[in-house]
Amino acid sequence: MIRLNNIVATYTTVRGQVDAVDGVDLTIPRGKIVGVAGESGCGKTTLLKVIYGDLIYPLALRQGGVEYEIDNVGYRVETKNGRQVTTSNIKDFWFKHISYIPQSSMSSLNPVVRIRKQFVDFMDAEQRKANVLEEIREYVTSLDLPPEAIDAYPHQLSGGMRQRIMVAMATFFKPDIILADEPTTALDVVVQKGILLLLMDIQAEMNNTIIIVSHDMGVHYQIAHKMLIMYAAKAVEFGDSEDVFKAPLHPYTKMLIESLPTIGDDQMRKGIAGRPPSLWEDLHGCRFAPRCPLATELCQTQEPELIEHKPGHFAACHSLR
Amino acid sequence: MNTILKTSHLNKEYKLGGFINRVRINALDDVNLTIESCEPVIISIVGESGSGKTTLVKVLLRLVKPTSGSALVCDRLIAGKGDKPSNREFFSTVQPIFQNPFEAFSAYRTVDSYLSDTAVNVAGLNGKEAIDAMTESLRLVGLEYRDVRGKYPNQFSGGELQRVSIARALIPHPEIIIADEPVSMIDASLRMNIINLFLSLKEEFQRSFLYITHDLATAYYISDYIGVMYRGCIVEFGDARTILADPQHPYTQLLLDSIPDIGRKWHREKIALSDIEAKEFQFTGCRFCNRCPIAEDKCIVERPLAIKKTDGRDVYCHFA
Amino acid sequence: MKMNIRLKIGIIILAIFTLGSLILPFFMEVDPSRQGTYPKNMPFSLEHPLGTNSLGQDIFWFLVIAVRNSLMLGVSVSCVTTFVAGSLGLIAGYVGGWLDRVITALMDTAIAIPAFPILIVLSTLVRGNTSFWLVGVILVFFGWPWSARSVRSMALSIREREFISMAKFSGSTTLEIVRREVFPYVYALLVVAFIDAILWVTTTEAALAVIGLSKVEIPTLGSIIFWALSYNALFIGEYIWVVAPVVTTVILFLGIFLTSTGYNQMYATRRGHDV
Repeated sequence: MIRLNNIVATYTTVRGQVDAVDGVDLTIPRGKIVGVAGESGCGKTTLLKVIYGDLIYPLALRQGGVEYEIDNVGYRVETKNGRQVTTSNIKDFWFKHISYIPQSSMSSLNPVVRIRKQFVDFMDAEQRKANVLEEIREYVTSLDLPPEAIDAYPHQLSGGMRQRIMVAMATFFKPDIILADEPTTALDVVVQKGILLLLMDIQAEMNNTIIIVSHDMGVHYQIAHKMLIMYAAKAVEFGDSEDVFKAPLHPYTKMLIESLPTIGDDQMRKGIAGRPPSLWEDLHGCRFAPRCPLATELCQTQEPELIEHKPGHFAACHSLR
Repeated sequence: MNTILKTSHLNKEYKLGGFINRVRINALDDVNLTIESCEPVIISIVGESGSGKTTLVKVLLRLVKPTSGSALVCDRLIAGKGDKPSNREFFSTVQPIFQNPFEAFSAYRTVDSYLSDTAVNVAGLNGKEAIDAMTESLRLVGLEYRDVRGKYPNQFSGGELQRVSIARALIPHPEIIIADEPVSMIDASLRMNIINLFLSLKEEFQRSFLYITHDLATAYYISDYIGVMYRGCIVEFGDARTILADPQHPYTQLLLDSIPDIGRKWHREKIALSDIEAKEFQFTGCRFCNRCPIAEDKCIVERPLAIKKTDGRDVYCHFA
Repeated sequence: MKMNIRLKIGIIILAIFTLGSLILPFFMEVDPSRQGTYPKNMPFSLEHPLGTNSLGQDIFWFLVIAVRNSLMLGVSVSCVTTFVAGSLGLIAGYVGGWLDRVITALMDTAIAIPAFPILIVLSTLVRGNTSFWLVGVILVFFGWPWSARSVRSMALSIREREFISMAKFSGSTTLEIVRREVFPYVYALLVVAFIDAILWVTTTEAALAVIGLSKVEIPTLGSIIFWALSYNALFIGEYIWVVAPVVTTVILFLGIFLTSTGYNQMYATRRGHDV
């Protein structure tokens, strides 16, 4: 279980400070695939970084924190009095319980080192390297990947194969939480399906939590159990993906889903007019109000809270009252 | 009947590697397409990376010369033996839209300078006429000239900049606009605005489009014709709705199955993934044979030719 | 334009030297290169801030003229070199084809020939009869290829970018494209090349002068050292005669170097912002 407590994450740039995630407060249940959707600048990648703890300059956690509960042990990353504080056991936590699949995994692999050596780098010095390689080969075979791939150099494999190897590396320790940041974005549609199915199989087998960030709603429809929709650094909707897709509560989610064309469906589709607000400006009220057909005066002045309007289904919109 | 697009045995060969390991890759391998119509049409070319669609665009835009074969666009000879139109005439007939709107403009120039250049150099207008043409083009894409004048590319969002790009392409009233993945870098909620714009430009202003994409859903939405490419070859070509409703080539079927569609959940099955992409270009037979569920020995040896079906489509498969 | 500290210091130094060497001569009473004007080897005084040397010249004023001459040679040669390098580099990189091959062949030849030994040989042949400007011309011949190479590489990479195709489809001619699309990206390279060329020219001329192979009657930073060494300044304790030009040279070069790298740094950070 992961608890996000009112997280405000800030980037310090030459132009000043900007809150890339501005007050996200919700609980992510364990054992589910959670999809984080939204467009460029909504804060989804930053949120993932906060959950992973990748909080190095220029990114900082200005307020709030993350609480993890794994096997009945609690860990925390938070800010107290402006300083970042982590519980002392956090070091045991990283690497063993939480794993990260970065976006351009193709470039995350060292081109002059064989894959098996990069795999082995993952482990601490205590492990006997020979035994571990055997286990790795078994694991890779169990994922329906060719075990010879481990002995190759990265450039000898296709982009899709490299990404699948990255997924294998990230899941070898059977982590409780896997964070994937746009894992299939630069890949072809057929390869994408292969990787997503792989992730689903791993999750079904290990019953861990996967948080996957993607701007592609179709991907979320296929694999996510729960969906979090973000807009302009705010969480605007959160719930079971079935509910979110069948009966979206927030106007943004509704309009976004309706704008996507489907093969076989000849309905006329429309995009959303306008564009997301710049986070540099002073923002009042609901951030979606300028583009929202349901906007009222209240929406311009008061920010809506993320409230549970239906069981397990949260949305931040005044029109739902 | 105008020939909107016609390619004949179009080939583009690239040689990779050094002296010892010379590898020949046919980025375009005997591409034959014919589309004739009195009305404007939208033709989609879909394929994944390495399919050759980008090379096809470059050949049709005369940025790259093919190794052999010929191509006609809107009755003008683009490549091959024969008289070719002057640059001026070519640019008045064919205009491009590129994938990355921020790359399409130099950071050191104002965006409207490109528009005025097009108006003066290609459309042959001057002074007031040019400004009128620019204002009109921008209005067509939903922008005001006064909002665009004097601004640099980094002052616009991706969607707006792509619209400026489209406006520029419209100024010389080209017969066909070749759009290379024009919306893949644009946010999902804004994509349909541009796609709908293409549709209205076709219907109200009689412009044809060649729409290159890897996104089958938008291709379905606006195309009249669709061509599916794999490793430099066309595998299926014909009327868009018929092909996407009932794909006959195994690769087209695989593509359609793999799209993360909203409304239709995937089957959990094994997928044939290609891990030797570069080698596939060397196959003498069908390029898809090592991933194809219905491949036989014949496929490895013999390259399938186009089989014309009753519904008008071409399928390049021995078992069509 | 936010200038970093390096650039600020560099520009200040250069400004002092340039303005100094241009304005101060108006206050000269006597031509400093005329020998025997003053009593020899006098120490510091109000009248002679750096004293006088064995030739009866006032060291300070001589230095002022020397800096002016060195800078003039440096700047003028650099202007020509940068112009040649920029034009040839752009044409070779953007146009390509046989033109590129010819220019590249020229570039590689000029780089491969070691400049300094040739200059020594040439100078010994025409010893004393060189005009100052002939030295300049030879320096241009050897100086242009270096920056031409980087301009060419930049032009080659710009050529592949999409806005070049956009410009083509907007009907721009090749010359217009080179001038308006490619040149702005090459501009920063040329500024740095210009400044580095000044450095190189001044150094080489000074080095030649020290060995006595330039026109040593004309006061330059190098020729001061030449005369000082000829008159065994160090042996007779006239350290200032040697130390003053050396220190001046070092500070001048420091100024040029700081300006060059400071500009490069500033431009790189700006590029991250805008481009």
